[in-house]
Amino acid sequence: MTYIAKPKFHHPGLPKNELGYTHRDYEGKISTLCAGCGHDSITASIIEACYELSIEPHRVAKISGIGCSSKTPDYFLGNSHGFNSVHGRMPSVLTGANLANRDLIYLGVSGDGDSASIGFGQFAHSIRRGVNMTYIVENNGVYGLTKGQFSATADRGSKSKKGVMNTDNAIDLVAIALQLGASYVARSFSGDKTQLVPLIAAAIRHKGAAFIDVVSPCIAFNNHAGSTKSFDYVREHNDAVNRLDVLTGRDPITVDYAPGTVQMVEQHDGTRLALRKIDADYDANDRLAAMTFLQKHAAKGQVVTGLLYVDPDAEDLHAHLDTVETPLNSLEAKDLCPGSVALEKINASLR
Amino acid sequence: MKPTDISAPDYFHKVVDCQWACPAHTPVPEYIRLIAEGRYSDAYMINWKSNVFPGILGRTCDRPCEPACRRGRVEENPVAICRLKRVAADFKDDVKHRMPKPSAKNGKRVALVGGGPASLTVARDLAPLGYHCTVFDADPKAGGMMRSQIPKFRLPDTVIDEETDYILGLGVEFKGGHRIDSLKKLLNENYDAIFIGSGAPRGRELDIPGRKEAASNIHIGIEWLASVSFGHVEKIGRRVIVLGGGNTAMDCCRTARRLGGQDVKVIVRSGFEEMKASPWEKEDALHEDIPILNYMVPVAFKHVGGKLIGVTFQKVKAEYDANGRRNLVPSGEPDQTIPCDDVLVAVGQENAFPWIERDCGIEFDKWNMPQVDTKTFVSTNPKVFFGGDAAFGPKNIIWAVAHGHDAALSIHKMISGEDITERPLPEVQVFSQKMGIHEWSYDNDISGDKRYKVPHRDKVIALKDIKAEVELGYDVKLALGEAQRCLNCDVQTVFSAPACIECDACVDICPMDCITFTENGEEEDLRQRLKAPSPRPDQALYVAEGLKTGRVMVKDEDVCLHCGLCAERCPTGAWDMQKYLIDMTYAGSTCQSKARSAA
Repeated sequence: MTYIAKPKFHHPGLPKNELGYTHRDYEGKISTLCAGCGHDSITASIIEACYELSIEPHRVAKISGIGCSSKTPDYFLGNSHGFNSVHGRMPSVLTGANLANRDLIYLGVSGDGDSASIGFGQFAHSIRRGVNMTYIVENNGVYGLTKGQFSATADRGSKSKKGVMNTDNAIDLVAIALQLGASYVARSFSGDKTQLVPLIAAAIRHKGAAFIDVVSPCIAFNNHAGSTKSFDYVREHNDAVNRLDVLTGRDPITVDYAPGTVQMVEQHDGTRLALRKIDADYDANDRLAAMTFLQKHAAKGQVVTGLLYVDPDAEDLHAHLDTVETPLNSLEAKDLCPGSVALEKINASLR
Repeated sequence: MKPTDISAPDYFHKVVDCQWACPAHTPVPEYIRLIAEGRYSDAYMINWKSNVFPGILGRTCDRPCEPACRRGRVEENPVAICRLKRVAADFKDDVKHRMPKPSAKNGKRVALVGGGPASLTVARDLAPLGYHCTVFDADPKAGGMMRSQIPKFRLPDTVIDEETDYILGLGVEFKGGHRIDSLKKLLNENYDAIFIGSGAPRGRELDIPGRKEAASNIHIGIEWLASVSFGHVEKIGRRVIVLGGGNTAMDCCRTARRLGGQDVKVIVRSGFEEMKASPWEKEDALHEDIPILNYMVPVAFKHVGGKLIGVTFQKVKAEYDANGRRNLVPSGEPDQTIPCDDVLVAVGQENAFPWIERDCGIEFDKWNMPQVDTKTFVSTNPKVFFGGDAAFGPKNIIWAVAHGHDAALSIHKMISGEDITERPLPEVQVFSQKMGIHEWSYDNDISGDKRYKVPHRDKVIALKDIKAEVELGYDVKLALGEAQRCLNCDVQTVFSAPACIECDACVDICPMDCITFTENGEEEDLRQRLKAPSPRPDQALYVAEGLKTGRVMVKDEDVCLHCGLCAERCPTGAWDMQKYLIDMTYAGSTCQSKARSAA
């Protein structure tokens, strides 16, 4: 960690977004994680995505659990709402907040321990219910805070820093998310911001449960030969199926795409996703094929990255429950308590 | 782009913008750190070695370092480098014992014509090597224009005495009141070398109608300043017009305010913004209630019966031709006559060498200037060297010092029988500042303070006493605040590609978005692909290759704060903060034979 504050000075020529903010305005406190931690790159990517989308920081709620990953909301969006919850309980806190106020943008930040072990059930149910959120797992395959024991996402056969082989099967959070009905599923790598930033931006603009698994090397305990979550291993085995460009508003498409190589996906809010195919056979709208593709490639030791599945017409939990449009904190007393006549009617309907 | 060769001495030197811009290459950040530590004497000696007159320059330097200062590109104002130099001079302890000891004479004799900054620098460099140096000056005391032309309210005599004495104390012979009026005669005295540092002693004339008739109330600026300096002139009329827009004009008008001038005006041909005077000197004049009128060309001195009554001006405006060149054309407004009692003409200075016979081996060019080599400062007579204003026309003290160092090196090499065109490389040291995981031997926490103002003496008191110094200098507390604004640009970011694992930690933490990892390309293309725009192509890109992904690391040196966060956040030590110290080559430097290579 670093003891001095990051200087307030910024590059005099920094571009500003529609709100007049530079990307520096989306920063939080200086990171206290180990030098070189992949999580810091994910932090930088979230900052960049929010800057590019011209998001007003006070419209964001960032919620996390416990662990190295769950410390990171302190390091971005210093002017947003934040809730650092109990270990593994981020999804239920986020679900509750979302139900109370659907107008905020929900950013759930978790790690492999927080989501694949103690909070595995919580993770599953928030995805299953289709909570409108961006759920990011900063996945390093080890318990960094307790000095590098294997986590539940560590691959079978990979080696710890001391050379011990992992004999347990790995939980693939992407596969589970697909199976449980997440309507936006992606995987990326902390060392590849050109891929990661648009994936986060599109997830924020997605209405429904958006899940991103980001492989994020632990410099201190999981960046050695024999690890499958190291910089070198991921760079060597990264199999990106597509590249994403996020087009907001009425921006014209300025990139020239060769015919047949790009798939345009329009989301609820009009955001258009231009998916440049790298693997010609990969179809990001086919959930079943995606699951098969992932399994096949995982068996070969490959790390499949990119936008793996998107359902642009997804609905979220509010639609399922037919809840009121207005956030609860904005409802008047007469709406919340419609009076004894209304109560009589309800009672009568139940008799 | 080719990977950057950081071992070339000039590469990191350029990154230290202030030092690179200083003609004498004073190691600015190094002495500013010492000031922050309260080590004023050490800070003074670093200056003394490099620019010879820290106390004088700390008050009067034209400060080419400050417009170059990186801080000025990061916020509104550069570090007050010049006034910090004065701090070192003001608060130092007795440094006499730290001066070089006069050494045994080597039997070689050098004559120096003129006792100003150029000659004194040559003497300072040569005397400790055993040369017998004799300085000749028409004035009784050493200092040259520093003593005669700079008003005492800007530069007290005590400061000049102290710093000229350090040099004369090295065993230099000073012959005051001894004007050299024949070079031939001097050549016949068989000196081993002669250095001419006689300055640009002649004020330019303004030959317009009425000049002769009203001569008794029209004074040439530098001559008048010298007369004031030596006490020959003690008053001036109530209404004074100063013609000219340079620093001499500013000294004239402020001096006139102190000698009885109540209504003093500066009137310039050009626009206010284009005046040659330094902005701070204009500010000081305005502060003393001296208006500066612009776009007015003097056309005649008005006089009645041999008595000056005013100056007539034609009004002009600036027009720009197709090449962007400015021309002053009449604006069509009627001429204006401004009444006055005295006029000070400060429209420029010229060299004058009536005392150099044209048949003693020194060639002159068509402007009647001696032909002088710009690197070695030798004239067409291999034993005669020039420096300071005498070499290439009027410049500033710090240039005279720089010339002096180079000329002294030439003289030493010439007398030692070496080739004077071979200039030895400077000595360069680069060493890590790492003290612990997050500890550096310099203070890397960047101060956000704005530039501190130097306290001034109350105007009423200052205008009453021509010898009362106007600027009071920083006190210790202000000096510390100002010193902390320095970005330590000499502590370099040094990158080692083989150690890099491309985790992006440095890219993410850099407050100025200086660092980019990308595919290599031509410089112009690379500058387009940096993380933040690169508006200054004169600022280097530091390119390193040898990364596992085949990309290159590109760092735009432009606005780097040298905060070291890249190195603090680097997990593998691929970044390190290393202090760069360059020891310029002076006469007597040990390493004699290597040729200098540019970055």
